[in-house]
Amino acid sequence: MPEAFTIYLRQTILIFRKELASYFDSAVAYIALVVFLLISGWFFSSSFFLINESDLRVLFSMIPIMYLFFIPAITMGLLAREKSAGTIELLVTLPIADGAVVLGKYLAAMALLGVALLFTLLHFITLVFVSSNVDVGALLSGYLGLLLVGGVYAAIGIFCSAITDNQITAFIGSFMLVFILFVLSKVIIFVPGFMSAFVQYISIDFHLTNISRGVIDSRNLVYFGSMIFLFLTLAVRVLEMRKWR
Amino acid sequence: MIHVENLTKDYGEIKAVKGINFTVNDGEILGFLGPNGAGKSTTLRIMTTFLAPTSGTVTLDGYSIHEHPTEVRRRIGYLPELNPLYGDMVVHDLLKFVAGVRGITGKAFKSALGRVMGVCGIGEVMHRTVRELSKGYKQRVGLAMAIIHDPEILILDEPSAGLDPNQIVEIRQLIKDLGKEKTVILSSHILQEVQAVADRMIILNNGEVVADGTNAELMASFQGKAQLIMEVKNASAASIKALPQKIPDISIQGQSAHGNVRRVQLEYPTGHDLREQVFKYAVESGWTILEMSRQQAQLEDVFRSLTLMEGGRDA
Ligand SMILES: Nc1ncnc2c1ncn2[C@@H]1O[C@H](COP(=O)(O)OP(=O)(O)OP(=O)(O)O)[C@@H](O)[C@H]1O
Ligand SMILES: [Mg+2]
Repeated sequence: MPEAFTIYLRQTILIFRKELASYFDSAVAYIALVVFLLISGWFFSSSFFLINESDLRVLFSMIPIMYLFFIPAITMGLLAREKSAGTIELLVTLPIADGAVVLGKYLAAMALLGVALLFTLLHFITLVFVSSNVDVGALLSGYLGLLLVGGVYAAIGIFCSAITDNQITAFIGSFMLVFILFVLSKVIIFVPGFMSAFVQYISIDFHLTNISRGVIDSRNLVYFGSMIFLFLTLAVRVLEMRKWR
Repeated sequence: MIHVENLTKDYGEIKAVKGINFTVNDGEILGFLGPNGAGKSTTLRIMTTFLAPTSGTVTLDGYSIHEHPTEVRRRIGYLPELNPLYGDMVVHDLLKFVAGVRGITGKAFKSALGRVMGVCGIGEVMHRTVRELSKGYKQRVGLAMAIIHDPEILILDEPSAGLDPNQIVEIRQLIKDLGKEKTVILSSHILQEVQAVADRMIILNNGEVVADGTNAELMASFQGKAQLIMEVKNASAASIKALPQKIPDISIQGQSAHGNVRRVQLEYPTGHDLREQVFKYAVESGWTILEMSRQQAQLEDVFRSLTLMEGGRDA
């Protein structure tokens, strides 16, 4: 039904815009962005000047670590705040699909993440000017990887925000989930052999490394896509479950 | 037409709504009355599709909350309890957002905005942030959001809670005006409020409907007692004691004496006025009447007796 789809799209955009405006109306967005930039700038300049290694990989490997805090921080309020403030009652009694609510909010978080990544581009531009051997292809695939990892983390973040009406709980929950996904590849040597393939498959790092290397394999894309889809769907389900308490 | 059928809602162990049935006719203002914890908000939340019932159903113009929740939401304007609003939004943007979700944009939005601005009197706060508004203005904004799509059905959960007396009068007038064209359901735990605006009321207690009807119908169905207070001089104790024998429907509820003056509290069933007979008896017995006043059973008493029988849950 194309009309239903148009309505869904329009409502998703409305939620997206409202959420983005509310990021910038409150201090959340500015604080998160500034902290993100300061830390990434610090990592970048210290590795750049101390080691004098004009290798993109240093920065690309630092940003997922910063994500562990940055993404739970920007997603924790998305639904939890609506619930604690009671505005969820206004929102979901409008003729709007829960899916459009979740998707719009998710996209707003992704847009904020996009802004943060855009700023880190400044570091890379510096690099391009200083050094002659920057591989633009690696730069692009690096960013693609960062966007996809961020996408998975933000989906986990909004899922955790759907579970609770307490932002701190949402933050801790998504931090833990995201952290587990992040360290899986580091603990893989402790995992019994028959499970290692599985653990490797769900570990973020495994797929990110491939993409960052410039190898864009559909298996990796499927992984990111299905993780995002899974957690967004779960978030919608949890939001619907509210009715049955 | 709204049909509520065998509606129940359990919150875990708590049975908040216990199988209620009622119908709301087009164009009527229905007051939903009950003490705290009676289940008013729970029922309204189910009707607005915010909560799912444990069992039973609600249909609204033929659309069921189970099968066609979106159709139900389209037709309803809802002001939730405590009027939750996005505090960091500007009033205009908030209205634009709600209208947009409902598909009202561009010219249609402009005209809808003009209408709700007039009806709710929010023109002067249109560009202020919601958080900065007074409680009364917030309430008007909440109401404006509820009517932006000109819904046939308005559901207002305690619309006057927390307002000052002047604002209460204003909001009641507003509801009455809206009720001229729309079906309005409003909840309250204040009888006077419901009496002031509603055509009909449903009294809810402990999750059950304990009364359903107009003011007059509820009064008529209630076998209340009228009280007569008399202050008389020169009345002998014997002559007072003899009164119930002379007028059998009367009973003496209490009396006190200050020297020569006695204060007597009499009671008789509402419906037949016994004042004249009492007066005659007093004259015959040589009393001097200083005061004689009747206290009619009020709807207040109906409400109290209906809702205190088992005691409110939270009482
Ligand atoms: N989310 C909830 N979880 C558990 N119990 C609840 C919940 N919401 C309401 N209740 C309980 O259900 C009962 C009915 O509550 P409801 O809010 O419907 O009453 P009400 O008539 O609106 O009261 P009030 O006049 O105080 O607003 C109460 O006992 C209340 O404690
Ligand atoms: Mg209530």
